[in-house]
Amino acid sequence: MNVLLDNFSEFRDGFIGTVEITAVSSVIALVLGLLLAGFRVSPVPPLRFFGTAWVTLLRNTPLTLLFLVFYFVVPEIFFPGMSSFLLGSLALGFYTASFVCETVRSGINTVPLGQAEAARSIGMTFTQTLRLIVLPQATRTVIPPLSSIFIALTKNSAIAGAFSVTELFGWQKLMSDQGYDIVPVFVWVALGYLVVTFAISGAFRLLESRMEVAR
Amino acid sequence: MSGVSVAKDAEDAAPASGDLVVLSNVNKHFGALHVLQDIDLTIARGEVVVVIGPSGSGKSTLCRTINRLETIDSGAITIDGKPLPQEGRELARLRADVGMVFQSFNLFAHKTVLENVMLGQTKVRRTEKKQAEAKARALLDRVGVGTQADKYPAQLSGGQQQRVAIARALAMDPKVMLFDEPTSALDPEMINEVLEVMQQLARDGMTMIVVTHEMGFARSAANRVVFMADGKIVEEATPDQFFSNPRSDRAKDFLSKILHH
Repeated sequence: MNVLLDNFSEFRDGFIGTVEITAVSSVIALVLGLLLAGFRVSPVPPLRFFGTAWVTLLRNTPLTLLFLVFYFVVPEIFFPGMSSFLLGSLALGFYTASFVCETVRSGINTVPLGQAEAARSIGMTFTQTLRLIVLPQATRTVIPPLSSIFIALTKNSAIAGAFSVTELFGWQKLMSDQGYDIVPVFVWVALGYLVVTFAISGAFRLLESRMEVAR
Repeated sequence: MSGVSVAKDAEDAAPASGDLVVLSNVNKHFGALHVLQDIDLTIARGEVVVVIGPSGSGKSTLCRTINRLETIDSGAITIDGKPLPQEGRELARLRADVGMVFQSFNLFAHKTVLENVMLGQTKVRRTEKKQAEAKARALLDRVGVGTQADKYPAQLSGGQQQRVAIARALAMDPKVMLFDEPTSALDPEMINEVLEVMQQLARDGMTMIVVTHEMGFARSAANRVVFMADGKIVEEATPDQFFSNPRSDRAKDFLSKILHH
């Protein structure tokens, strides 16, 4: 018997689940990470403090612990009845946002200070300077490390499986519970993840080469 | 040259409609270094002031405090009667009225030459795109780089880049222009093309504060020379007075070192 063909619909559901949670938490991480990076270089001290606190807290917490907090504390206090998929996406997105923030910030630091000074000297506000001048120029240096971060996010999404989110890694448990040989199961799971991670690195490589032309 | 001096005399004779930039008792430290010490400086509307002095004398810092790219520790700076506000929207608005040209040009590297000159108009002044483009092209023609409009800054020579930077500042219709060593990063054969644009600007009556090592420019275009050393204004005089008959020993020493080559 073939473990994949016999259980293809479960495998497919798991794969789609992984793609979904990766996509949703990537968007959360990217938007939030950009915002946090803006906070961390902002001239407003409370915003800087918030950004630093976020990064320190979330980057240094084990992801599993974060999931525990999101599944058992957050619904009690803030959002009772939130779906496990959304809770998992938030935990993963918030965690990854701290890494995105630091990557974007290092990109910001590669843009010569004179660019921001010139923008400010023609009357641009801080937000305009960041959005129109600094971030567009930081993008190119930020893309390769961002690609690694999103690949890590994809693999981290496996933890969500332990919190009753349907995703690829959870399929492995399902199969081994049914008594299938564990080796081919893991091979298929690994291949599933490779499809997602290869797609991400391919997309980022495309983005990188397009940026090169724009210069 | 006579044309220049006539224009200068006409300006001097015209009733000065008030002081445009006033620095009073300005002090600034970089750590233990006291870079600006009790600076008092008043620049009248239409005046061209050239700031010279040995490197490390604080002249660039002085220039950068006027649009608050450098903050000051004490004292006051007013532009057109208004004190410099704290960082924020109001300061941004004021900076739009103060043009600045940097030593390293600082053109926006990811934008074309035309976009560089349009960006401030459309994003800060909220000018219509069409109108902004027309003005940008006119300014680029005026500084002699009209044909380069669609190139990126990196494709231009230093002299061309600096002239674009001047056009970018002029696009905001500034009340005063600050030049922070505009020719110091240029190859010698490109210095003149930038100085010519600045000369023309001075003749058109723009209020200018120019930090430079170009003594020729100081002589021909300045209404006043300010000599700085060790964070202090040591001497202020007309160019003729300053270059032919400097009062302070520090200035004599400085001039003897640079003029004998």
